[in-house]
Amino acid sequence: MSAIQPAQQDQRQFISGNEAVAQAARDAGCAVASAYPGTPSTEILEFIAAYPQIYTEWSINEKVSLEVAIGASLAGSRALCAMKHVGVNVASDALMTQTLIGAVGGLVLVVADDVGLSSSQNEQDSRYWGRFAHLPIFEPSDAQETYAMTRLAFALSEQYEVPVIVRLTTRICHVKGVVTSSPADTYEPKGFTKDPARLVMVPGNAKKRIPLMMARDQVLQQVSETHPLNYTESGSDQSVGFVTSGAAYFHVKEAYPEAPVLKLGFSHPAPIEKIREFSTSVDKLVVVEEVEPLLETELKAAGVTLHGKDILPRIGELSPHVLTPCISKLTGTPCDEKLIPVEELFPRPPTLCVACPHLGIYYCLSHIKNTIISGDIGCYTLGAGHPWNALDTTISMGASLSVAMGIDKGRSEADKNKNVLAVIGDSTFMHMGMQGLLDITYNKGNVTVLLLDNRAVGMTGGQNAPSSGLDIHGEATMQVDFRKLCEALGVKSERIHEVNPYELPTLFKALRSETKIKEPSVIITNQPCVLTERYSQLPPLKVDDDKCTGCSNCLDVGCPAILVTRRETVIKPNGKEKELAFVNIDTAACTGCDLCTNTCAPDAIVPAFNVDKINAVEVK
Amino acid sequence: MSTQYNSTELKTDTVTNILVVGVGGQGVMTAADVLAQAALALGYDVKKTEVAGMAQRGGVVTSHVRFGKKVLSPSIKPGDADMMIGFEPAEALRWHNHLKPGSVVMVNDYPLIPPVVSVGLFDYPEDPLGQLSDSAVELHRFNAGEAAIDLGDRRLVNSIMLGAIADHLPFPPETLESALLKRFQHKGTALVELNRQAFALGRQAFNPTETMATA
Repeated sequence: MSAIQPAQQDQRQFISGNEAVAQAARDAGCAVASAYPGTPSTEILEFIAAYPQIYTEWSINEKVSLEVAIGASLAGSRALCAMKHVGVNVASDALMTQTLIGAVGGLVLVVADDVGLSSSQNEQDSRYWGRFAHLPIFEPSDAQETYAMTRLAFALSEQYEVPVIVRLTTRICHVKGVVTSSPADTYEPKGFTKDPARLVMVPGNAKKRIPLMMARDQVLQQVSETHPLNYTESGSDQSVGFVTSGAAYFHVKEAYPEAPVLKLGFSHPAPIEKIREFSTSVDKLVVVEEVEPLLETELKAAGVTLHGKDILPRIGELSPHVLTPCISKLTGTPCDEKLIPVEELFPRPPTLCVACPHLGIYYCLSHIKNTIISGDIGCYTLGAGHPWNALDTTISMGASLSVAMGIDKGRSEADKNKNVLAVIGDSTFMHMGMQGLLDITYNKGNVTVLLLDNRAVGMTGGQNAPSSGLDIHGEATMQVDFRKLCEALGVKSERIHEVNPYELPTLFKALRSETKIKEPSVIITNQPCVLTERYSQLPPLKVDDDKCTGCSNCLDVGCPAILVTRRETVIKPNGKEKELAFVNIDTAACTGCDLCTNTCAPDAIVPAFNVDKINAVEVK
Repeated sequence: MSTQYNSTELKTDTVTNILVVGVGGQGVMTAADVLAQAALALGYDVKKTEVAGMAQRGGVVTSHVRFGKKVLSPSIKPGDADMMIGFEPAEALRWHNHLKPGSVVMVNDYPLIPPVVSVGLFDYPEDPLGQLSDSAVELHRFNAGEAAIDLGDRRLVNSIMLGAIADHLPFPPETLESALLKRFQHKGTALVELNRQAFALGRQAFNPTETMATA
């Protein structure tokens, strides 16, 4: 039977998987929680920050975040660290050695995989980390299980002195379901105990810890075999039995309610013998796991006959709709899945916001020729899209600078006169970009860096960072001075320019002058993210139809408030055809940033309301 | 008031699937949340999931609300939606493969043209709702976008669209109304009253014959 109790009718809450993690941390007596924002895990820390009894921080990157949680665990307190899948790549240096030390106070690493890439640069399966770092993995299937398993993870972590990974996916983090919490634990912190043989990982000490880690693997394997989170649900139709975990479990239950299912909540180390026994009770065994065939490979190595990725997709999310045709093919039964054609319609790609301070930057970058532009991770990655098409590379957090350095040093004769630029946001710069800048100055690179400082982590919803001057609770703290920071990292004072990104002539001037000089330079923008309280709107604009010539220059800004009203083709005096696009401005959406007026030669963009009316509105 | 919910084929022992579709910023997720809260208040099991890739940046937003005695998978399969609330005509058309034959479809007839269409890279369908009405669904359309602006705030679209669906649910419309108004209680009586009006307007405007018969 499941270790998870069904919801009580009178205490039902309707919450997401992310909020369930937060409530579990609260009820487990967690003392420290840390994270760097990243979809789909961001809200976990935002919810935890509402509990004053837990110290909560936005760390500057995932490695720092995990190390803060490790420190709290070594201090004898319960600690939780949350991150998205790619965050673990950053944190892995700490993770791979922490596993030798283990946990003192319960240490839970919540990892959220963006299966299907709703907002990520890749799709990876974080269950690999359990194998790589010899750590147990819990995989909840909905919000209620997330609550229960996160609490169990703290207990297991202390019992076996091991950090525990709770693996979520977007379809767990952001799905709301009915959750009932249970009475809170009272956890007494154990305090810090000096124990260098365990805590100081020099070769002599670490060597002795490796056999202990291997022995722990054996113990955890046995625990998993009989753990209540791994259980069998019998079914009346033995033709296909399923082994499954995470979000896939409910898809299997939905599509095959009569089938026997072995559900894995404690999915690594997997209960191999339990699964072997289950396999003998069904005609065919199918392993349903999202993304990589990890469990499948281990079971095959153990000699269990099964189907898995030979019939199921290895990419993207599973669903009842995806499962049924695959299973029907296996069993040779007709598939009653309705195949209704999908409507082929225009896409709605994400855009930069109305009045976004990045719009001016990308307007300039799309008008500057002879450049190679290395991009980074954040809202400004959208600059790769229409109408700017301004980025030439995007890889990982902070890579804009170091990749630009490599392009500079590796350029061929054909590219020798090109300007190499790096575009990075404030939070990403602090996350992992600073090191790249130091590399450029130290190794005499010729890169012009655009540091887009909007004082927030924009893409994940405007969270605070050291550039905000505010902490996770919105309380005042230090604010990083980027000019001083860049100077300290070796950029000459006269090569650092602070510019207002709504002033196009200033931007163009700074870009032209700095790309000419063959030295590292940094152009810092200084206007806030429009999604944050720091931003203040101005009176909106409109288009004077009589003056609009249809030149469409303003469309190059890429502001979503500028809309085309009609198109015309005219023959110019030289006989060539010219496409004209006449526009208007959605006055209700416009916040008067004035960027588009910079691009309008006939001065057709004017205030939407006369001054009297604005005053009247303000008085009202 | 209409009591159509009594005569609907939906039963409490089956799972009801409602799809809410639109564009980021329209209030799709909020509307789905209100529906879920109403079902929750009646003791149903409820799950709600979104497909919202960077929704805050003008992308497509689709919310799946499923409720019944026990809900397993949070996602509605293609061909399995009992109802759809379409906040935008082309978005309603985009998701029409998710509809069951005979399902109730309420669409805000207020097109939102994305920049990729505006600049001429793609075409907006000429008559998305015409295409939708060709399929075997019960389509109701009304310009809730304009009505919301007339009421004084474009954000009221949300409450109008919830009113539209209120008489087609397997529970009384009042349950949905109170779940909606509860969200505004802490913001003062004026806002509660405005949303009550929007909700009533939605009920009437989308279902003119039904409400007239019981007026």
